Amino acid sequence: MAEIAIQTEADKSQVSIWRIALKNRSVFWGGLLLVIIVVIAVLGGFFTIDPMKINPISRLKPPGEYGFFGTDQLGRDVFSRVVNGARISLTIGIAVAVVSIVIGLFTGLVAGYFRYMDAVIMRVMDGLMSIPAILLAIALISLSGATLTTVVIAIVIPEIPRVVRLVRSVVLTVREEPYVEAAISVGTRTWPIMVRHVLPNTIAPLIVQATYVCGSAMLTEAILGFLGAGIPPEIPSWGNIMSEGRTFFQLTPWIIFFPGAALAVTVLAVNIVGDGLRDSLDPRIARNMR
Amino acid sequence: MLFYIIKRILMTIPVMVVVALFVFLMLRLSPGDPAAVIAGDYATAEDVERIREQLGLSEPIVVQFTKWLGQLVQGDLGTSIFSNKPVAELIAQRIEPTMLLALTTILFSVFVAVPLGTLAAYRAGSWVDRVVMLFSVGGFSVPVFVLGYVLIYVLSLNLKLLPVQGYRSPFTEGIGPFLAHITLPTLTLSVIFIALIARMTRASVIEVLEEDYVRTARSKGQSEFKVLLRHALRNAAVPIITVIGIGIALLIGGVVVTESVFNIPGLGRLVLDAVLARDYPIIQGLILFFSFVYILLNLLIDLSYSLLDPRIRY
Repeated sequence: MAEIAIQTEADKSQVSIWRIALKNRSVFWGGLLLVIIVVIAVLGGFFTIDPMKINPISRLKPPGEYGFFGTDQLGRDVFSRVVNGARISLTIGIAVAVVSIVIGLFTGLVAGYFRYMDAVIMRVMDGLMSIPAILLAIALISLSGATLTTVVIAIVIPEIPRVVRLVRSVVLTVREEPYVEAAISVGTRTWPIMVRHVLPNTIAPLIVQATYVCGSAMLTEAILGFLGAGIPPEIPSWGNIMSEGRTFFQLTPWIIFFPGAALAVTVLAVNIVGDGLRDSLDPRIARNMR
Repeated sequence: MLFYIIKRILMTIPVMVVVALFVFLMLRLSPGDPAAVIAGDYATAEDVERIREQLGLSEPIVVQFTKWLGQLVQGDLGTSIFSNKPVAELIAQRIEPTMLLALTTILFSVFVAVPLGTLAAYRAGSWVDRVVMLFSVGGFSVPVFVLGYVLIYVLSLNLKLLPVQGYRSPFTEGIGPFLAHITLPTLTLSVIFIALIARMTRASVIEVLEEDYVRTARSKGQSEFKVLLRHALRNAAVPIITVIGIGIALLIGGVVVTESVFNIPGLGRLVLDAVLARDYPIIQGLILFFSFVYILLNLLIDLSYSLLDPRIRY
C-alpha cells in the first residue's frame, strides 16, 4: 500500500516537472522552433526532390534560379539536401545525447556511491577530459573507418566525462541526505537505494545536460564532416554539404551559408531550450551559472 | 604552500598516464589490423609488414607500452611513417602559427568578454544584459567554420578589407602583414570564447555585487567604476580564470578548424594532413602534445588561485 502511494507521488512530480518547464518562455519558444525543425525533417521527403539526384545542366545555379537554395557543383538541389541533412543531424544529436547520458549515468552512479571506485573512475575521466574532443573524434574515426555508428561513438566518448562528473556530484550530495541514511538504516540494499532515491535526483540535471550534449554533438558532427573526417561523404549531412561547398566558396557561397544557417538555428533552438530548462528545473545550477 | 604545489604537480602524473594509455590503446584495440588500416587500401603485404615493424606491433602489448612510455618520458613522440621525421620535430616546425593564433584569440576574447560580462552583470536584467546573453547563446550555436566563411565573405570578398587566407610570420615577414592575416582567424575563433567568458564573468560578478563589502565600498562613496574594478572584478577573478582554462580544450578544437578554413600552416593542418595520409604516429603525438599542454595550463591556473585571491590558502 505504501509502495503504491510513493509511486503516485513520484508520477505527480514527473508531470509537474514538464508543466514547470513549459511555463518558461525560453523552453516554450525554443521548443516550438525545435518542433518545427523536427516536423520539417520528418516530412522532408514530401516536398523535396532526391538529394542525390545529379543534374549536370543546372550546376552552381544561384538561389531562386533553381530551387530555393540553388544547386551545387553537380547540379544537386541544395534545398533538398539541407532538408534531408536535418534528419541526419538531429538523429546524430539525439543518439549521442541518449548514449552518453546512459553510459555517464551508470558510471557516475558507481563513482559517486562506491568510494573505492571513485578515485579510479575520476582519474580516467580527468584523462579523457584533457584530450581535445575534436582530435579524439578524428583519431577514432580515422582508425575505425567512417560510418554513422563510429561517428556517433567518436562523439560520445569525449562527452561522457562531463555527464559522469555531473551525476557523481549529485550522488555525493544525495547520499548525505537523511532519507538515504534512513533507507540504509532499515536495511535497504544498495541498488534499490540507487534506483529509488538517488536516480530521481539526477533526472532534472540530466535532462538539462542532454540538451547541451545534443547541441554540441550536432556541431561536432558538422565540424567532422567539414574537415572530411565525418560520416561517408555521399550522405548529405550538413557538415558534408558544407565540406563540398568549400571548393566553390567564392563563386557559390550559398552552398555553405544555407546548411550553416540551418545548423546554427537548430543548435540555437536546442541551447535556448537547455537554458530555459536549467533555469526552471535546476535552481541549484541556475544560481551558479546565471 | 610548497607542499600543496608539489602535491598538485604530482597529481597531474596519473592523468597524463591515463591519457598516454588511452592514446596507446586506441590503435591497438581498434577493430581489424591497425597496420593494414594505416597502410591503406593499395598497400602491398611488404608495406603492411614494414609499418607493423615500425610501430612495434608484433611485440607483446605490455612490452610495447613500457617501451613506448619510456620513449615518451624522454620527449620522443614517435616517428612519422611517411616523412620519416620525428613527430616532435614536425610539431616544432608547425607550432608558431598555432601558438600565436591561440594567444591572439585568448587576449582578444578576454579584452572583449570581461568588460562585456561585467557590464551585463552591473545592468542585470536590462537590455544590455539581454543582448550580451543572446550573443552568448548565439556564440555557442554557430559552427566556427561557418562564422569564418561569413567573415571572409563580408570583410574580405565584399569589402576587401583583409586578406582571405594564409599566414605571415611576425618574425620573418613583419608585424603588419602578420596582423592583417591573423585578424580574421582571431575574430572567428574568439566568438565562442567570448561567449563562454562573458557568461562566466556575468555570473560571478553578479554574485560578488551582492556581497557586503561591495555595499560598504559604495557607502564610503567610492566611484562605481572603482567598485566594479577593485572590488567586484577582483573577487570574481577565480571562476573567470578557471573557465578560461577549461576553454583551452575548446580552443584547441577550434584552432584545427580555423586553420583549415584560413589555410594556416599550423598544428591543426598537420593533424588533418596526417589523417588523410593515415600517418598515425603524428596523430598520436599531437593528441598527446595538446593534452599535456591542456593539463599543464590548468595546473598553472590552479596554482595561480592563491596569487589572485589571497584568501585561498593551502
